Amino acid sequence: MCLGVPGRIVGIAEEQGLRMGEIDFGGVCRKVCLAYVPEAQVDDYVVVHAGFAISIVDADEAERTLELIGEIEAELGPGEDES
Amino acid sequence: MKFVDEFRDAAAVRALADHIGSIVTRPWTIMEVCGGQTHTIVRCGLDELLPREIALVHGPGCPVCVTPIEMIDMAIEIARRPGVILCSFGDMLRVPGSKGDLFDARAAGADVRIVYSPLDALAVARRETEREVVFFAVGFETTAPTTAMAVHQAARLGMTNFSVISAHVRVPPAIEAILSSPSNRVQGFLAAGHVCTVMGIDEYRPIVERCRVPIVVTGFEPVDLMQGVAMCLAQLEEGRAEVENQYARSVRADGNREARRLIEEVFVPADRRWRGMETLPQSGLALSRRYRDFDAIRRFAIALPDADEPQECRAGEVLRGLIKPPQCPAFGKACTPERPMGAPMVSSEGACAAYFRAGRFGAAEAR
Amino acid sequence: MKRRENHSPLAPACPIPPSKGDVIVIGHGSGGRLTADLVGRVFLPALSNPILDRLGDSAELTVGGSRILFTTDSFVVSPLRFPGGDIGSLAVHGTINDLAVAGGRPIAISASFILEEGFPIEEARRIAESMRAAADSAAVAVVAADTKVVERGKADGIFVTTSGIALAPEGLELGPERIRKGDAVLVSGPVGDHGIAVMSAREELEFETALTSDSAPLNGLVAAMLECGGRAIRCMRDPTRGGAATVLNELAKAGGVEIVVEESAVPVRDEVRAACEILGLDPLYVACEGRLVAIVEELEAEKVLAAMRAHSMGAMAARIGTVAGSGVGRVVLKTPFGTSRLLDVLPGAQLPRIC
Repeated sequence: MCLGVPGRIVGIAEEQGLRMGEIDFGGVCRKVCLAYVPEAQVDDYVVVHAGFAISIVDADEAERTLELIGEIEAELGPGEDES
Repeated sequence: MKFVDEFRDAAAVRALADHIGSIVTRPWTIMEVCGGQTHTIVRCGLDELLPREIALVHGPGCPVCVTPIEMIDMAIEIARRPGVILCSFGDMLRVPGSKGDLFDARAAGADVRIVYSPLDALAVARRETEREVVFFAVGFETTAPTTAMAVHQAARLGMTNFSVISAHVRVPPAIEAILSSPSNRVQGFLAAGHVCTVMGIDEYRPIVERCRVPIVVTGFEPVDLMQGVAMCLAQLEEGRAEVENQYARSVRADGNREARRLIEEVFVPADRRWRGMETLPQSGLALSRRYRDFDAIRRFAIALPDADEPQECRAGEVLRGLIKPPQCPAFGKACTPERPMGAPMVSSEGACAAYFRAGRFGAAEAR
Repeated sequence: MKRRENHSPLAPACPIPPSKGDVIVIGHGSGGRLTADLVGRVFLPALSNPILDRLGDSAELTVGGSRILFTTDSFVVSPLRFPGGDIGSLAVHGTINDLAVAGGRPIAISASFILEEGFPIEEARRIAESMRAAADSAAVAVVAADTKVVERGKADGIFVTTSGIALAPEGLELGPERIRKGDAVLVSGPVGDHGIAVMSAREELEFETALTSDSAPLNGLVAAMLECGGRAIRCMRDPTRGGAATVLNELAKAGGVEIVVEESAVPVRDEVRAACEILGLDPLYVACEGRLVAIVEELEAEKVLAAMRAHSMGAMAARIGTVAGSGVGRVVLKTPFGTSRLLDVLPGAQLPRIC
């Protein structure tokens, strides 16, 4: 469910006892609670849902996923041109 | 946007569609559980790219749609109490209760505000110390930890003017209910990637072992969904039944431990009636004893009679993937986004609204 | 008479039809179906005359030998100030643009102000100065004005109403009935800037962006387009609340045509895309205030597009679609994946979602 959007941590500060991050979503910034990703650091990408980071994006896994798909694209050979 | 655009690549989507077409040998019915996934599928027309053999059906993964009508009535009742500020996610505001929705309550003078996060509701409570702030907590296990933190903070800060209506629900009981129904046609599942980001994937193993259905934890972008279908199909064609993780860039096997810990501290599982379905045991989350002071229903001493759905509304069958929206006789006629009869027509993640807005009315849609 | 809206992008809009009763609900101000209902059942019958009955964005009158366009609009936006403008500049641009998209050359506007007791005078001054600057940039003057004051609580700070007159284009009557199969659909710039800019100024959503509203006068751009394309320009509309999708539907229905839009061709700024992602909104339904959609004869489309891009208000103009055929009155969106879906009107305001 759950709209979750990845964004980059550009700053970290504490507010009311909670670890909060300034997250850049690509031209739009928002404060997000980092309490559930205590290991997250500036420049990490996190998945944000309802104002909270719920995971740190694993760039290696993302790469691996895209590589797998790249292999499928290669297997299928040169496709038809864009219509 | 990084980690988004790459997973919307059209060439990759087409390649995956071709690949799926090349490995399928017979008809299969796959259900995607999450409303956000339904939204992407309908927006991008992904099901049109799949071979005819694959029927993608939509599950009850729209927490807005399945929130029991009684809870909406309670939220409206609380919002109408003098001095109350009711904070809610935007998409809940138009879901009809038995006599109108939260928008109507607002029109009649209630202070109803849209928030993006439970922490925003908490901030309102900190600012408006003379008012009672109530947060309508809707959502699956993805959202539960966000509510949990707001309640935990309120307790820590000694706040006395904040409470929540906990309408959170859990996914696994819904999957079990679908699988145990005698009319079930679903043979494989695409599980909700953000729910699993929080809960991990282990709770699906017993379901897979008992029911012998493949479950692929899947993300929300077009590439994710196509890859999830490809992985599920491979299992079905090969006669396997396992839990697989397509969304590994966000989902770890044990999920988010800190979030799960706080869910367990703030909430307890409770039986919950799902709108359009029956009561599913242990499928809801209620506030635990330790945090019961933050339970709005308790604080406002609300008790309302059970509410009934209009007879014509077949939301339950849609939510269970038994019919597609165009097969409901009310779809597009008595029931439209402007005059919704049931919740899947109101929330834009609801299958009925998604189909209506995408213009899918025909018999072809009902396959 | 226009089916215009209260300009707050997030103001809740009740979609339930007036079978509810005999009082105005907030949804009557959404610009959607409820508003049309109110206009059709109450105001139109009472005020009916051949000009009003056409329900155009502006009225066309013949005075002596000249054709004059005349329009009016009220502005009740909240918050009063947002990145890139305020209720004053919005009010001036809004009326100028209604005249401009009918091909009119604006001559003069009037402004009336309803001020709430307790409203800071400095704010009122700032708004007036903002209107002056907006009018100047459109080479138009506010030639008549009025102020009234109401008791505390009876107005949201300040309400502004502007009316305007323009000279209709010589020998040319723009309108959706002129749309033909094969015509090109052009937009003058990226969509959704205004809606997101206003949302960023609202406390409850709290996000930061350097994005500003696109609120701007379009009469200069329109003049350049008409000079270049003339009769080849079938009609134009300016999307406001409800966004580009809503005006495309208006044009499709009024013209009785099917419009096909290429999703990947619609210009959207990165910041708008990002904000829409986190809030769960579709940029095609997010408000604009300084953009126009134009339907242009295919043969002249490239020329008109070049003229738009040469003008400061049209630097990012793009062709986004084609009129595919007649009969149906709908808008179809082609996705980057080769699939299509209907781009329908929303019943009420688009709401941020959690799912």
